[in-house]
This record gives sequence, C-alpha cells and structure tokens, in this order.
Amino acid sequence: MLRNLMMAASVACAAAALAAARAEEPTVPLKDAPGHEVVESDCAACHSLDYIRTNSPFMTGKVWEAEVTKMITVFGAPIDAPDAKTIIDYLARNYGSP
Amino acid sequence: MGSAIALGASGLLARAAGAAEKVPLVSGLPSGVYDTATLDALPGKKALIKLSYRPPNYETPASYFASPITPNDAFFVRYHLTDIPAAIDVNSWTLRVGGDGATGALEFGMRDLQSGFEQVELAAVCQCSGNRRGLSDPHVPGVQWGVGAMGNAVWKGVRLKDVLAKAGLRKEAVEIVLDGADGPVLDKTPDFVKSIPLWKALDENTLIAFAMNGQPLPHFNGFPARLIVPGWTATYWMKHLTSIMVATKPFDGFWVKSAYRIPTGKFPVAQHFQTQVTEINEPITEMVVNSLIAAPAEGHKLHAGQSVEVQGVAWDGGYGIRRVEVTSDGGESWREAHLGKDYGRFAFRPWSFRFAAAKPGRYKILAKASNVIGQTQAETLIFNPAGYHNNVMRPLTVTVA
Repeated sequence: MLRNLMMAASVACAAAALAAARAEEPTVPLKDAPGHEVVESDCAACHSLDYIRTNSPFMTGKVWEAEVTKMITVFGAPIDAPDAKTIIDYLARNYGSP
Repeated sequence: MGSAIALGASGLLARAAGAAEKVPLVSGLPSGVYDTATLDALPGKKALIKLSYRPPNYETPASYFASPITPNDAFFVRYHLTDIPAAIDVNSWTLRVGGDGATGALEFGMRDLQSGFEQVELAAVCQCSGNRRGLSDPHVPGVQWGVGAMGNAVWKGVRLKDVLAKAGLRKEAVEIVLDGADGPVLDKTPDFVKSIPLWKALDENTLIAFAMNGQPLPHFNGFPARLIVPGWTATYWMKHLTSIMVATKPFDGFWVKSAYRIPTGKFPVAQHFQTQVTEINEPITEMVVNSLIAAPAEGHKLHAGQSVEVQGVAWDGGYGIRRVEVTSDGGESWREAHLGKDYGRFAFRPWSFRFAAAKPGRYKILAKASNVIGQTQAETLIFNPAGYHNNVMRPLTVTVA
C-alpha cells in the first residue's frame, strides 16, 4: 500500500509538471462520498477526472469494474486490490446506473 | 510557488468567465457530459468543446462545419496519453525510417522532406474513429464525442511511398509501424503506436504532412509532421511523427491488436487491414458515408412563407459523394440538395438546401448522403462496443410560426 502510494505520488508529480507545462488544469470536482480521496489520487495520476463525469451515469457497477480493471491490467495503473475495490464501489454508487 | 498559485488563480477566473457561455452540445449525449463539458481554449486554439483536460480531448462546435474547410485554430484535438511535448523544435526534429522490412535506415530533417521530395497537396477529412460515440444507444464507455471530432483541411507534405523508397523495401514487408513524440506518463502504459498495411502506405495519397491550410501544423494537431491517411479514420494519422518502421510481421501492440476494432463483417467497408483481421474483430479502416447539418442552429424559428438555407457537409471513405437528399416530412418525400464546390473525393463536400414551409409547425429536417459506390447513411445504429462508425441520420428541428 505504502509503495503504491509512493508510486502514485511520483506519478502525480510528473503529471502535475506536465499539466503546468500546458497551462493550469482546473480541478474537476467529484462527488464527496466515501472513497472520494482514493479516486482523486489514483485516477487523476494519469487523467483528468472529467473522464469519470462525462462517462456517467450510464455505466453499471460491472462496467465500471471492467474499466478500472483495464486501467490496471492494460494501462499499468499502480493500484492495489483494496484501492481498486474502493474505486469501483465509489464509481458504481456515485457515477453508475443500477 | 507563490507566482504559480497566482497564475493558477487568474487562469481560473478567466475560465470561470468563459463558462457562462453556453456549450454548444448536441442532444443525445450521456447526461454527465452536459454538466461537465466546457468551452475552453488550448494554447493556439479558439475555445472548443472540452471533454477532457488531460489528455486534451476537444471537439469542434458544429457551426464551424457550415464551411467546408475547418480552420486550424478550431480543428479538434484528440490524445490518448498525457506525456505530450510542450513544444517541439523543428530544427532539431528528425524522422527515423527503417525497420527489419527496410533495406536501409535513414533519418530525415524537415529540410530534407521539403527539398528532397515532390511536394503534394490534398484536401482530406480527418475524423476520429469515435466521432459520435456519445450518441451511441445504449451509451458505451470512452470519450463521449458529439459530432465535432472531425475536420477537413488542405494538407501539404510528401508521399510516404517516396520516403519509403529512399529507405528501400524488402519483399517480406507487410506493415508500416508509426510512432509519435507523445507517450504515456507510466512506463507500463502501452505507447500510442499504430501500423498500416503496406499497400495503404504505398497509396499515392498517403502523406507525411507538415502544413495544414497553408500554415505549419498546429502543435495540438501534430506539429511538426503527421501522417495523412485519406479515407481512413484519424487513429492512423499519427501526430508528432518520429519514426516509421517497415515490419515483416503484423504489429502486435495494444493500439492495433486490441483497440480500434470493429466486429468483423458488421460494417459495409471495402478496405480491410488484412494482416490484422480475426474471426471476431478487425481494425477500423475507411470512414462510412455520412453527413452533418451545420446551419441553421437546432430550434431555428421562421415565419410561414419565409425560407432558410440549410447547410452542411457530406463525406465518406474516399469514393466521393454522389448526392445528398433532404426530407422535412419524415421521409415521405426526399429532395436533392445542391452540392457545392468539389475539393476532391477525400474532402468534405459542402451542400445546401433552401427550406420553406407554408404551414406553421415543427419540422424535422433530415439529410442523407450517398456515395459513388452506392452506399448511403444508416437509418438505425449498427451497434458496436466502441461506438464507431455512427452514420445515423440526425434530425434538425425548425419551428415555423
């Protein structure tokens, strides 16, 4: 977990540097609910959070799970299993459809 | 740090002021798009419809398509990965050409391209494979594009086949592998690398372009050079080109092997990427015939007896548009629109139609394009999991009072 957090932090720094090079990137707020911080730190390391909001609310929990799994297995996101579960639950509850 | 915060704050104020302007989104998108998309300007660009900041995905508002040539500063922007060079120095930029299917390995600078090869100009539509994904029914995950992930420009460059000839091709060559300067922020994320069949690379219309509408390419459209694959979707139009490798085996990278695929045999396309076809799916290739109504705006009002010029564009995979028909009575009667200037078979074909109604009411105007090989737009969606090839006719509502 600690290792993952450190990796996420270094990725976040690299991403922040890139964002600064482009221009300031406005914050895209997400719903304040359990799991919110994990989603913000893990997902925003690689992409802005408007990806989540625009892809809502049509995705079921299963589809969100497939998306998060793809981020980890295909795109190599350094997210451990407990964090992945937190993210999937948060997205399904707050940005999903039944 | 203090100055960075100050800059950020003023930037936010500027953006907040811009947010008051209504975002010209089409109907039918996921509801999350309507409370998230903003009008935002990337450096060197006009305010476009921002779907995501990082990577930047910005679409062109539909009103721009009332003109058949899309301005450089309004041309859509699409990236997969976020490590995008802030700037590229054209004087130190080099393009590597080689690979196991080539007899030699060479490097070209911009001056080499501009002085050592025949210079070619052509107009062609650059359309994201996922244009209109946001209109899929049911919705599918991905960038939720409306109708503006496309544009038409006059590209200038050199033929890919001429550059490949300098390097020399071995008879075992099957595909050409393309890479650009942008990449992922994580080492484990597959870099955006694409391949095209050798026969498509040798097509005289496939170009390495360094100019667009008479100007150098905008940074966010691939400066200083990008590939132009007329007729095929933009996924193959590699931006910020750095390397062109001739391969003797089918390329097996993620962005060709797994992404940008359509169910095999489901769409009426003539050109296939044969070395990558499986029983289940195949790479997306040529664009399907399509059209867009760009003017007037949705909900336009006019008086009985008054008329309005309905304008738009039509395009296909490079066969050429034969006709555009328009109906305002739900398809009972169709009338041919006037076709405007022909910029070539790969370009937008402008069209116009004068609409007038004697009786008050709400009229739904539909346009239907057909190409010279007899293909026409779909009446109902051909669903596919990635939301590609959506060429369903889209109604424009006009109110006559």
